[in-house]
Amino acid sequence: MNRPRTQMMLTAVAVVILAAMEVYVPSAADTAGATTIVVKDFMFNPTPLTVKAGATVTWTNKDDEPHNVVSDTGVFKSGGMDTDESFSFKFDKPGTYHFTCSIHPRMVGTIVVQ
Amino acid sequence: MSDDSSLLSRRNALKCLAYGGAGTVFALSGGVFTPIDLALAAGDKAGTGKLGRPLFVQISDTHIGFNKEANPDVAGTLTQTIDIVNAMPDQPALIIHTGDITHLSRPAEFDLAQQLFSRLRTSELHTVPGEHDTTDATVTEYFNRFGQASNNKGYYSFDHAGVHFIGLINVLQFKPGGLGTLGDEQLAWVAADLKGRSASTPIVVFAHMPLWTIYEPWGWGTGDADQLMIPLRRFGSVTVLNGHIHQIVQKVEGNITFHTARSTSYPQPLAGVGSGPGPLKVPADQLASMLGITSVSVVKHPSALALDDTALA
Repeated sequence: MNRPRTQMMLTAVAVVILAAMEVYVPSAADTAGATTIVVKDFMFNPTPLTVKAGATVTWTNKDDEPHNVVSDTGVFKSGGMDTDESFSFKFDKPGTYHFTCSIHPRMVGTIVVQ
Repeated sequence: MSDDSSLLSRRNALKCLAYGGAGTVFALSGGVFTPIDLALAAGDKAGTGKLGRPLFVQISDTHIGFNKEANPDVAGTLTQTIDIVNAMPDQPALIIHTGDITHLSRPAEFDLAQQLFSRLRTSELHTVPGEHDTTDATVTEYFNRFGQASNNKGYYSFDHAGVHFIGLINVLQFKPGGLGTLGDEQLAWVAADLKGRSASTPIVVFAHMPLWTIYEPWGWGTGDADQLMIPLRRFGSVTVLNGHIHQIVQKVEGNITFHTARSTSYPQPLAGVGSGPGPLKVPADQLASMLGITSVSVVKHPSALALDDTALA
């Protein structure tokens, strides 16, 4: 009898904590925090990605093929990222940023900074 | 596998399996370029003898710096390739590298590549960059080493043995979502470069990305290549050489023969197979048969090249 009740209570506590975190995260000052775009199977995911001004976006390459990210307007440009390598850029100004992998120009993505 | 299969001994076949990515020799035969499998050329003197002295060897997509499962030792396979070239009884006058010398445009990769190239008995090396050679932030590593021939523009021409060679760059002015691009300035330069030349001059054009559209969803083509063909059409013999796709694909259109070379590093999938044009991981025995089957052929006429299009099937 005790055991299921304990589990329920723990679950309830966990839910409360998670709920608190979810409330906390978007409201914190540094939140705009870190956001990751995974580069895999010759695609950027997620795209489009919406972040707040001041957010740092990190692209991580999960393919065996190198990729890079180049802003269409020259705002940012990574070097070639080998497997598991990353590139980060901090977006201070609101706007819409389109980017491409110049090694595989079919790969395109968008970041919306609010 | 069309022609001269009789030249194939089991030993040569095995050699081709082992050195599947070796390269391609071009011999000038009756004014028309004929590609010969390099491994076969090295192993079968009689076969190449029929076609005359090789004028140049095309090496492509060496990807120095790559170390993944598809080939953990790309320096080793390039070394094997160089050994084969050096063993050719008649040394080619030139070596042409059609790009992706390195995998990530890193200085150490370029340095190792140059160190390996220095072992070539044929010292005259002409290059064009691939997109893997121009991913450094300042796009200077390639040009610091190989930019002199083109005055750092990436495109240039030269003559050898009555043949006019044109090296082009189609990996810089990429358009998002698009194919490789030559750009108006380079296209105008080609037209001017060809103006006034005799139509009987054999022309060799080389660039990294295919100068015709092989598979658009993977960017296997050059968006403005059609404009390049306009000034080339009046010439009686035009050979267009590319790399990029790590497999042999050939096409003949009028007097223009298109040919993509194999890589010395790793195979890539057939167009549209899988998620993208990345390194193809296959069991070693399967890799060997893929590379061996299409590499072992000697063709005597460009019209036969079209029949050989099913490379690496």
